[in-house]
Amino acid sequence: MSLRIALRALDRNRVRSSLTMLGVIIGVAAVIAMVAIGQGATESVKKQIASMGQNLLMVMPGSSSSGAVMFGSGTVQTLTQQDAAAIARDCPSAGAVAVIVRARAQVVYQDQNWAPATVQGCSPSFLTVRDWPVVEGANFTEADLKNAAQVCLVGQTVVDNLFQTRSPVGERVRVKGLPFRVVGVLDRKGASTFGSDQDDVLLLPWTTCKKKLQGSTFNSVDQILVNAPTASALSALENEIRATLRANHHLQRESGPEAMDDFSIRNMTELLGAMTATTTVMTSLLAAIASVSLLVGGIGIMNIMLVSVTERTREIGLRMAVGARAGDVLSQFLVESVVLSGIGGLIGIALGTGGAIAVSRFAHWPAIVSPNAIAVAVLFSGAVGVIFGFYPAWRASRLDPVDALRYE
Amino acid sequence: MALIEVEDVWRIYRMGDVEVPALRGVSLRIEAGEFAAVMGASGSGKSTLMSILGGLDRPTRGRYLLDGIDMAGLSRDKLAHVRNGKIGFVFQSFNLLARTSALENVELPLLYARGTSRSQRRARAREALDRVGLGDRAGHHPNQLSGGQQQRVAIARALVNRPSIVLADEPTGNLDSKVSADLMALFQSLNDTGITFVFVTHEPDIAQYAKRRIVMRDGLIQSDEASAGRVLAAAAVAGGAAP
Repeated sequence: MSLRIALRALDRNRVRSSLTMLGVIIGVAAVIAMVAIGQGATESVKKQIASMGQNLLMVMPGSSSSGAVMFGSGTVQTLTQQDAAAIARDCPSAGAVAVIVRARAQVVYQDQNWAPATVQGCSPSFLTVRDWPVVEGANFTEADLKNAAQVCLVGQTVVDNLFQTRSPVGERVRVKGLPFRVVGVLDRKGASTFGSDQDDVLLLPWTTCKKKLQGSTFNSVDQILVNAPTASALSALENEIRATLRANHHLQRESGPEAMDDFSIRNMTELLGAMTATTTVMTSLLAAIASVSLLVGGIGIMNIMLVSVTERTREIGLRMAVGARAGDVLSQFLVESVVLSGIGGLIGIALGTGGAIAVSRFAHWPAIVSPNAIAVAVLFSGAVGVIFGFYPAWRASRLDPVDALRYE
Repeated sequence: MALIEVEDVWRIYRMGDVEVPALRGVSLRIEAGEFAAVMGASGSGKSTLMSILGGLDRPTRGRYLLDGIDMAGLSRDKLAHVRNGKIGFVFQSFNLLARTSALENVELPLLYARGTSRSQRRARAREALDRVGLGDRAGHHPNQLSGGQQQRVAIARALVNRPSIVLADEPTGNLDSKVSADLMALFQSLNDTGITFVFVTHEPDIAQYAKRRIVMRDGLIQSDEASAGRVLAAAAVAGGAAP
């Protein structure tokens, strides 16, 4: 009943009603679109975490010192294949262990050439650690590693640049002038968290990289990757690795004053967790800013309802004269403002959802419209109607019928 | 027991520190079926008296019984309930809701009467419109009706709850004399069917149609007498002469 009365009253002032609604429409649409974009960003960070490989620790060579002079990180080759083997042997929490040796090289295939961003020697377990499947062909083997075989895996970007539509598996390429056989093609990973193309990659056995590309006889490595079975095991694993490496590198306490680590361990999950937290904060920030516009919309409703109450003072007086109680008048105006904000909210949801979809389609930003955000928006716009409609409605209900009827 | 029993009613308005008495001890009895005109200069207290009789305002002192209900002691909501069930109002400026059909305007009091169904409301509103001769205008909006027709819709609205009494505040104030006479004829015929009317007017030629004339002055009743002979408004309308 009061809903019908309210709809009729709003219909009498269509332009004013729609302009009032516009405030709520913009507010709700902004909240939904902002939250959608924020959640999209969070989601893409999570996806990148997954693409990094799960529960990963990165061990890198540290700085060395001579006397009191410190050299920068990576100035000495302190990590070796033996360290990796020790980690695999002595750390109970360690899952797969992979070593990495970096190089730069040009790759030539027939009359095409390409210099991949990453040319990397590694152990076969690298693909396990990074959670990176081979889509065509197969990974190289431990035997290839032992023999320093001239085989390689290529990423999708390399395939696009050198082989175009042909299948690269079994093809011969030349890396730094040496012939290599392509044994497999890696799955597409997309851009990394930091924006570099992870697919612009060529992988070969690290022994091959060390001996054939670099001509080195040492077995030092640039990085050791270790994964843990669960995220909760990461900190234990970190401690185990530290103890193992300190023992291996003779950095025990007995050797005099507390010696510094000559390596560093990075927890990638932790880093990306921090990034997730950042995007979450961004999302709340965006939502908070958008909520301000919803608040402004609410104040618009209150303003118009106050005008409406003043304008309809005689109507209110008449309704009271024919038997409307204070509560009847209160609920009539409250329903009006809730209907205003409710309809505004519905339109806002449609607009916000449409906007988020448009942004993700045309600007290629990831945007996820969550049912939660919609539910919150509905609740919020309803609450705006009640909260900002209450004061005008209360004023209407407190009018004195005699004065109201006489109001000019 | 009379329909209306007013005993020594005072109504004092406070304007800052000054007390302005609008009614200064009015006593009045109105029986069911009466047709009374309340007259007086502006400021004589007639509108205040009507507000109190209508339960829109409460006396500062004194006793007011309507149909045996002590109106002086009721809360706002209880008064609203009594107004809804026992009193019909007709105003000088009609006070119809704009952009709302005549039928829906007439239905309005029933919306606030608990327990009437939609079809009941429709039926009773139609019946009331028929009684004022506007059964064929049910779907018209106020701006499509003449002043006299609008006031008839307002009268139908006052009748729809089958009230004990209809109070009219200058019901012909905005209408010309021909239409006023028409309307008074309607009041008279409705009064003949047993409806009690009390109306305020400052025009003696409108007051002559009443059975009883109450004249107020300075917040008191100056004179209260039955009309010598009842003038039939219908005759004036038929004669075509402006009374």
